[in-house]
Amino acid sequence: MHGVADPALPKTFRDWFAGRGWSPHAHQLAMLAATNAGAHALLIAPTGGGKTLAGFLPSLIELAEAPARTGLHTLYVSPLKALAVDIARNLEAPVAEMGLPVTCETRTGDTPQHKRVRQRRRPPDMLLTTPESLSLLLSYHDAPEMFRGLRCVVVDELHSLAPGKRGDLLALALSRIAALAPECRRMGLSATVHDERGFRRWLAPGAKSRAVRLIRGADAPDPEIRILTPAARIPWSGHMALHGLPEVYAAIRAHRTTLVFVNTRAQAELVFQELWRLNEDGLAIALHHGSLAVEQRRRVEAAMARSALRAVVCTSSLDLGIDWGDVDLVVQVGAPKGVSRLLQRIGRANHRFDEPSKAILVPANRFEFLESHAAEAAAAAHELDGDRLGPGGLDVLAQHVLGTACSGPLDADALYAQVSGAAPYADLERATFDEVVDFVATGGYALGAYERFRRLKRDENGRYRVASGRVVRQYRMNAGVIVDAPTLKVRFRNGRTLGQVEESFAMGLTPGDSFAFAGQLLQYEEMRELAIIVSRAKTAKEPKVPAYVGGRLPLSTHLADRVRAALADPAGWSQYPAEVQDWLSEQKTRSTFPGPDGLLVETFPRGDKRSRKEFLVAYCFEGRNAHQTLGMLLTRRMERAGLHPLGFVATDYVLAVWSLEPAEDMDALFDQDMLGDDLEAWMDESAMLRRSFRNVAVIAGLIERRHPGHEKTGRQVTFNSDLIYDVLRRHEPRHILLRATRADAATGLTDVRRLGEMLVRVQGKIRHVRLDRVSPLAIPVLLEIGKEAVYGSARDRLLADEMALIAEAGLGPGDG
Amino acid sequence: MPITVAGQPLVADLSGALHWPAATTVVFADLHFEKGSAFAERGTLLPPYDTRATIAKMAEVLARLRPDRVICLGDSFHDGEGVARMAADDRGRLSTLTAGRDWIWIAGNHDPMPPGELGGRVMAEALLDGLTFRHEPRADAAAGEVAGHLHPKATVKVRAKRITRPCFVGDGRRLLLPAFGAFTGGLDATDGAIRSLFAEGFTAHLLGDRHIHSFPSTGLAPAPLYW
Repeated sequence: MHGVADPALPKTFRDWFAGRGWSPHAHQLAMLAATNAGAHALLIAPTGGGKTLAGFLPSLIELAEAPARTGLHTLYVSPLKALAVDIARNLEAPVAEMGLPVTCETRTGDTPQHKRVRQRRRPPDMLLTTPESLSLLLSYHDAPEMFRGLRCVVVDELHSLAPGKRGDLLALALSRIAALAPECRRMGLSATVHDERGFRRWLAPGAKSRAVRLIRGADAPDPEIRILTPAARIPWSGHMALHGLPEVYAAIRAHRTTLVFVNTRAQAELVFQELWRLNEDGLAIALHHGSLAVEQRRRVEAAMARSALRAVVCTSSLDLGIDWGDVDLVVQVGAPKGVSRLLQRIGRANHRFDEPSKAILVPANRFEFLESHAAEAAAAAHELDGDRLGPGGLDVLAQHVLGTACSGPLDADALYAQVSGAAPYADLERATFDEVVDFVATGGYALGAYERFRRLKRDENGRYRVASGRVVRQYRMNAGVIVDAPTLKVRFRNGRTLGQVEESFAMGLTPGDSFAFAGQLLQYEEMRELAIIVSRAKTAKEPKVPAYVGGRLPLSTHLADRVRAALADPAGWSQYPAEVQDWLSEQKTRSTFPGPDGLLVETFPRGDKRSRKEFLVAYCFEGRNAHQTLGMLLTRRMERAGLHPLGFVATDYVLAVWSLEPAEDMDALFDQDMLGDDLEAWMDESAMLRRSFRNVAVIAGLIERRHPGHEKTGRQVTFNSDLIYDVLRRHEPRHILLRATRADAATGLTDVRRLGEMLVRVQGKIRHVRLDRVSPLAIPVLLEIGKEAVYGSARDRLLADEMALIAEAGLGPGDG
Repeated sequence: MPITVAGQPLVADLSGALHWPAATTVVFADLHFEKGSAFAERGTLLPPYDTRATIAKMAEVLARLRPDRVICLGDSFHDGEGVARMAADDRGRLSTLTAGRDWIWIAGNHDPMPPGELGGRVMAEALLDGLTFRHEPRADAAAGEVAGHLHPKATVKVRAKRITRPCFVGDGRRLLLPAFGAFTGGLDATDGAIRSLFAEGFTAHLLGDRHIHSFPSTGLAPAPLYW
């Protein structure tokens, strides 16, 4: 044991701090005190406040005082491989300078096989890893041996890791560690979060938040946020904000190093191109996003570390990660979508803790101005938002069950008790757990058809054992919860790879097409195996920009509330640019505003007598996903009411539906009972559910990413999940994976939960305004029409249209 | 959707079956019964309902079109042991369908010896009124070949969307049927294996939600890889 009763530092450490001219932060000492008291702790502190050292300090001291100790002492879990590697490097300095007898290694997907084997046999004192690698480590039969002596787990960037499926996976791994090493303490490191209690509960064994000590770092000074009012006209719609880039370029010139954050990879490519067009001084401006080749990203990161860059255009790929001291400005291009995310990004600037970070927001359109101002106000008021910590995914649980069985015989009662100790699964019912186990063992089909093909068999003590070594290999090859959309490599003829684009984009290319990628204009030559071959484009008339699935995050509820409130309060409009003020004043004269909690619906006709259409615009502010779902449901209902809906379009702020007949009874139209049968019927057919099912089926191990012996097929998924989905929902609609799929979609792609909350909130408070023409506030959404693809059920009509056109042109199909 | 092969008027059914009204015959290609259990045997526990789903779809077609003769174009079973793995009630349902009809199992490459025990007779290929029904199309076949094996599908680009569907592929001399089985994927009609069979190009008849949609081969887009 450490034997330090007093939280003061041992002499070696005091001298080390003094030698660097530092003194320990209060929160670093508080973490030490928590350790000495044997308590778990959550440290909430802004970036740059010595947070990582606070997490490791207690372990370094313990290890320094027990030089003869062997075996794994501390486990560090990070959301990023690169971060784990960087932290390991940063730990080298104190360890070497104090001459501590401490070994420290990383273990990620990149760790060579021989080193992994050696790490299991002779673990280092400290192991730095990711949730995926940790789960794999726990699936080995020697896991009990390896983890028995573990004293401490440090979870870094907890605010980012805990919500979502990776958080579920990690929570389950921690519950297993708690069983293997009951003495092990947990330390969470997090940026400021909106739900402290929830995160403490997540971290606590047994999901009891009180078991976790809350420690706060000193607040960083409030950031200086400026909202850019461009010299150019403010666009009505669009998301690229190119009009504001001359000012952004000027700001880059005036600072040492600028991070230019954008919301999507497509935006990153365009903004990068445009900045280079403006780059008369030839400043070193780089590009960084998740689709670029790893080597390319590492090169940019290394250049950043050398302070060799003046700016990096980046996506959420740089939201987290390595600290760069030299960043003195953060630019957010496009609306921030959430306060916490904005602050996280701004926190990437200025890691000298005592100076305020500087940020410029560049809204892309008029609504984004409102949103940016709302975000600035929320940041000033320290009001955060963030992902909810919801119930854990059953697909992740299935993967955990299989992984646990791979390490040795599994007792269902004991595992259920263990799993219930993880916060995401604290409310999991035993019956559901048993269904998951049955799914893992036999596929979980009502017929019991696969009794003879069981993956888990029961031994004489009723414990589950894996049926064969093949099951173990399948688990190891398919473990993990990140299911990527199918992608194709982008490479030159000489073999140099630039990165990857989603398959759907690649398929839309015809040879000769040019597109912007990895900061270059490329010309598509041909497709070869799983790569598209490109050359540098000479000129590009209209380069395409790759689109990426799921690139856009929906507007947070918190920001939405603030935008609604701001609209309803004309006194506050003076802060907006004149064009935005005029726009809002016109709206006030010609229609009205959505109140802070009601719902404004405008209806108006458009077009002449022959092409007259009726429009309905609902100002819901619930984010694009929820609006898409609402659009589907409203059009179904309008169809039944004989209004002949023709289509709809959704933005983050507004939903617009058009039809042949005008809608009149809004209370009936927006009644919350739409979330009943219609929703069920639509959800089952929707492409979004199919996409969710694919992810669930892969994570749960129903379909494989890779099959032993067939790794080289290059296909991410080996069986068409749509076929399985169709058969399953017809023949076993209550199957556990279909339930998991619906639960996923309800909080993710369809955002049914948020839609439901809105429908309840606005009951009896819908204000319907009938206008004789389009209102100013409705213009942005109407401009989006035609940019979106037509929705699913109209596919047949599209095919028919296309066929009619071909026939019209005299190119009709011959007699088959 | 009426289609002609070697002068014989045929109908592409929305289900993916081929109807030959003049001969009161219905043709199914590539049923791949027990594909789910074939995967399960190797540790991938796909739903065991593909066989019953396929049989149910066949039953619907047969009740609607009431043919005297049924031809299954081969690969009716996913592998040689498929019959042995088939559940008793599925066998019962299938036997009900084969009873009272001239049921012809053409031999395929997955199931070179389709079972006679479920009713029906087994043939390598069938010649009827100038049409030849076989599993695998032959490059040198005379006009009038009706085949399966290739599982054709096709992709059409409509505005911003690409729509991929199973399809019939024909040029008036030869017709390929889409795979009928519930767990059958597809091969893109623009793939060389299909294209090379139709020197003068072809028409793809895509199975839509409510209608069959026909496109000349020149109007097709390349299919997604992961379909």
